[in-house]
Amino acid sequence: MTLLDIRQRSGYLFLAVILGHVLLISAQVNSARGVPVLEAVTFGIFSEVQRTLSGGLSGIQNVWSGYIGLRHVKAENDELKRQLAAAQVTGQEQRALADRARGFAALLELRQHVKLSTAAAEIIGGAASADFLTLTIDKGTRDGLRPDMAVIAPAGVVGRIVVPSARSAKVQLLTDRNAAAGAIVERTRAQGVVVGAGEDRLQMEYVSEVADVVAGDVVVTSGIEGVYPKGFVIGRVETVEKSGTAYKRITVRPAVDFSSLEEALVVLTPTPAKEAGQGVQE
Amino acid sequence: MRAAGVILAVSAALALQTTLARFLVRGAITVDLVLVVVVYVALSAGPTTGLLTGAFAGLVQDALSSNIIGIGGLSKTIVGFLAGIIGTQFIVTQPLPRFVVFFGGTVLHAVVFMGLYMLLDLRQFGSPYGAVTGQATANAVVGVVAFQLVELLPGAVERRRAAKTRLRR
Repeated sequence: MTLLDIRQRSGYLFLAVILGHVLLISAQVNSARGVPVLEAVTFGIFSEVQRTLSGGLSGIQNVWSGYIGLRHVKAENDELKRQLAAAQVTGQEQRALADRARGFAALLELRQHVKLSTAAAEIIGGAASADFLTLTIDKGTRDGLRPDMAVIAPAGVVGRIVVPSARSAKVQLLTDRNAAAGAIVERTRAQGVVVGAGEDRLQMEYVSEVADVVAGDVVVTSGIEGVYPKGFVIGRVETVEKSGTAYKRITVRPAVDFSSLEEALVVLTPTPAKEAGQGVQE
Repeated sequence: MRAAGVILAVSAALALQTTLARFLVRGAITVDLVLVVVVYVALSAGPTTGLLTGAFAGLVQDALSSNIIGIGGLSKTIVGFLAGIIGTQFIVTQPLPRFVVFFGGTVLHAVVFMGLYMLLDLRQFGSPYGAVTGQATANAVVGVVAFQLVELLPGAVERRRAAKTRLRR
């Protein structure tokens, strides 16, 4: 009966015998790489099996890891959000530091340019009342600051120190109603006095009616009052009007944007006028 | 019983092939007695016995020679199987069809045998057409003769016995 089955299935038997012979031959013949063909084929097939199994296991592992990972995603997401917020804050701090550094660099450049003994100061406060336009800086008498010392910025004149304390000082802005500075129109050398108007504009007074002043002229300090060094920019002439008297009514736009001021330089070197005044007193 | 007869036939063919080889070689014409036995068994007993006979005979022949073991076995397995198929599907009782089957079996054996060697880059055979044709013819002749002898031999014995009986009467 078994023999009959084998006879009926001679095709399968034929294939089996052929396969056996192929395997037998492959075991004896080396491939081009010097490895027996049977070994190479077996390894090739087995490696594919390994690859398939490994791929399957990796897929299962990925799915499992993803499932497990989902349980920690929320906590991780919250932590990442917290870190992102901290990084954003740090970035803003760094950007602020960079801006401050650029400001200090500009001040340093000005300091080297004017050849004056100055002290860099940071603006730490504003005016306590809107009627008095002042600023507070972080330098005081410990740093050599005294009353009536000029405060300047890279763009131009800021004001003068009115109340110094040990570690800070109050600066009266040039725009304050009580502030004034001797001024010269740079182009024509026409002299006058710049006074604060309590707003964001200055008034240049005591300029002769016949003086050549036009809008756009640059107004600089004259140093005559003994507070501000000579030649520092105050601003530009915005309007020139005839007042009907011997003097012109001139509006000056300050060169310094006081609203965005963050650093300033305090001029420690006495102006010639002040030195002369001190010499007279002595 | 049939298996023992197959083994005996293959062994006898191998013995003759190995001991009488120098007498069988005539120039380029050689006879593969083992292959003749395989085709003979396949035609007589069918594809299963044919392929098993071919596998066994070829493996033994390979083992006794310096060949790769399996190439001869594979070749003779294919020939034995196909010859068995032909023997069961067609009427192969006349000398000419038998001649064709032996001839074709030898050619097929040569194609597979040499093809495998060349495919595996183990040996080059040049232009073996003449040798293959001569061997196929010789195998076919030997095979057809073997068939005729085996088929005529039992009748001859009976006819001789019958003649002796008539002479005694």
